[in-house]
Amino acid sequence: MAGIKVRSTGDKAFDTTVYIIMTIVGIVTIYPFLNVLAISFNNSIDTVRGGITIFPRQFTLENYKTIFGFDGLLTGFQNSVLRTLLGTAVGVLSASMMAYTLSRRDFQARRWMSVMFAMTMYFSGGLIPTYMLIRKLDLISTFWVYIIPAILSVWNVFVVRSYIDGLPLALQESGKIDGANDWTIFWKIILPLCQPVLATIALFIAVSHWNSWFDTYLYNSQRPEFTTLQYELMKVLQSTQANTNYRDPNAVHNIAAVSPESIRMAITIVVTVPIIVVYPFLQRYFVKGMTLGAVKS
Amino acid sequence: MKPLTTEDASKRMKGRAGSRFWNKMVQQRYLYLMSIPFVIWIFVFSYVPIWGWLMAFQNYKPKNGIFDQKWVGLEHFIELFSDDRFYLVLRNTLGMSIMGLIVSFTVPIIFALFLNEIKGKFFKRSIQTISYLPHFVSWVVVAGLITKMLSTDGGAVNQLLMSLRLIDEPILFMAKGEWFWSIVTISDMWKETGWNSIIFLAAMSGIDPELYEASTVDGAGRFRKMWHITLPGIRTTFMVLFILSIGHLISIGFEKQFLLGNPQVIDYSEVLDLYALNYGINLSRYSYGTAIGIFNSVVSILLVFTANAIYKRVTKESVI
Repeated sequence: MAGIKVRSTGDKAFDTTVYIIMTIVGIVTIYPFLNVLAISFNNSIDTVRGGITIFPRQFTLENYKTIFGFDGLLTGFQNSVLRTLLGTAVGVLSASMMAYTLSRRDFQARRWMSVMFAMTMYFSGGLIPTYMLIRKLDLISTFWVYIIPAILSVWNVFVVRSYIDGLPLALQESGKIDGANDWTIFWKIILPLCQPVLATIALFIAVSHWNSWFDTYLYNSQRPEFTTLQYELMKVLQSTQANTNYRDPNAVHNIAAVSPESIRMAITIVVTVPIIVVYPFLQRYFVKGMTLGAVKS
Repeated sequence: MKPLTTEDASKRMKGRAGSRFWNKMVQQRYLYLMSIPFVIWIFVFSYVPIWGWLMAFQNYKPKNGIFDQKWVGLEHFIELFSDDRFYLVLRNTLGMSIMGLIVSFTVPIIFALFLNEIKGKFFKRSIQTISYLPHFVSWVVVAGLITKMLSTDGGAVNQLLMSLRLIDEPILFMAKGEWFWSIVTISDMWKETGWNSIIFLAAMSGIDPELYEASTVDGAGRFRKMWHITLPGIRTTFMVLFILSIGHLISIGFEKQFLLGNPQVIDYSEVLDLYALNYGINLSRYSYGTAIGIFNSVVSILLVFTANAIYKRVTKESVI
């Protein structure tokens, strides 16, 4: 409260405090990543000595060579990439299609469909009934269990709809006069105009596909060919927590040669890097999308 | 209503209500084609599982249909409410969720207030970029990072505490049940503070700058402006988000608890969803697991409506 009496020095002290606190927050956020990165590039036997901070002590690529020899990881990587690409394409297209129909004020079924979609935001059947449904639909032990139950996100539909609502109506009208039908208007006019919001939801969908592991755990844990990267990392982390060394049944290399710690860190980096690489390019979109979604709610 | 073409208008006047409906339906066939598949999808994936709630009143065996089961009434609910484990799990759920609620509504606001005070564009942008990053990283990775940071062999936290001479030997954070709730809360804070602050920052940027200018003339300092202008300015945003979170008080998910927990801390880490998962799927007691899920949903809905009713009474507005 000293700042009130002596404005200029008080202000300076205030600013300095804010800068120091924010710098500490920044360091606390980034340090774990740098630490893990350093360990993943450090000689695994040397790592056991401890004391690695943000630079490797004995640089090596051995840890990465080892983990890329694991069959589970390679398959997991392929599946994760595939589900992310396919899932994002499907998710963006279906959210925008549904959003367009709900944004059309003259659409007959608009009201009941809106209610039907909005209701699902307040309740869910829960874990077991959903599991039983997936089982009844014969989606267990298939790749499609990653795509089909995640076709649409109601939240994304409403985000895109509020964006379309903000577009000038005249553009749609002009399409109508030119004789375009609703299908053409959607593809030729709406989709191109929605690019910014579609980029935002594409980011969210892609991240959630890339990051999910629980569906693999629940539905595909018996099927190594449908494993995902996050699930593989989860297995490694869980097994070390229980103080047992991770033994991948498919592993070609002998893992005992490398300390589990290095393996864990290298896998963590492999899992995280794609996110870090795309993140800066998409940053300008998600802040907008986040506030848009919030205004809706 | 959007203005329709003259052709529509004349059709509308001529036809009776029924044929008008069908005409319009044919006219809007593309809209139907674009939406019906998703309506079917949401029916199957969001409404059919509600139907599955019937399982909680049966002894469900997957090989039979949902009506071809033995009905047992409230037996599973009675068993649930007389299980001591259930109350332990409920305590864990509420404990972690209240801690999470408090932290997620104070720390991001303080963070946003500070960020709002930073004038250097580059510094502000860097801090934002860094602090949003963990939101995009999976809980699997975050659990790995947290475990690494808290480990006894070279974990940063133990090393820091030792070098500051606050402790003599490393603390086994992950193996002590009494630490678990704090670890989950702090992990959540580390991951989501930056992200949760976005919404408050946006609300702050919507505050009329004249208010600040006027208060400067009146001789208000920075703290005073924060207290009397910035904080009241984000009040509505705060309330809306808070009420929505109350609804999620009991359904906090289980990812964090699943990934950070281990058998040593299970008495503190087991939450409702994990309890349902263990009984319902791992032990194949589907009906019992469903009963837990129903309890979860019903309490959530009650909570959100209660919170909304209180909010309505206070402000005469509704969030839902």
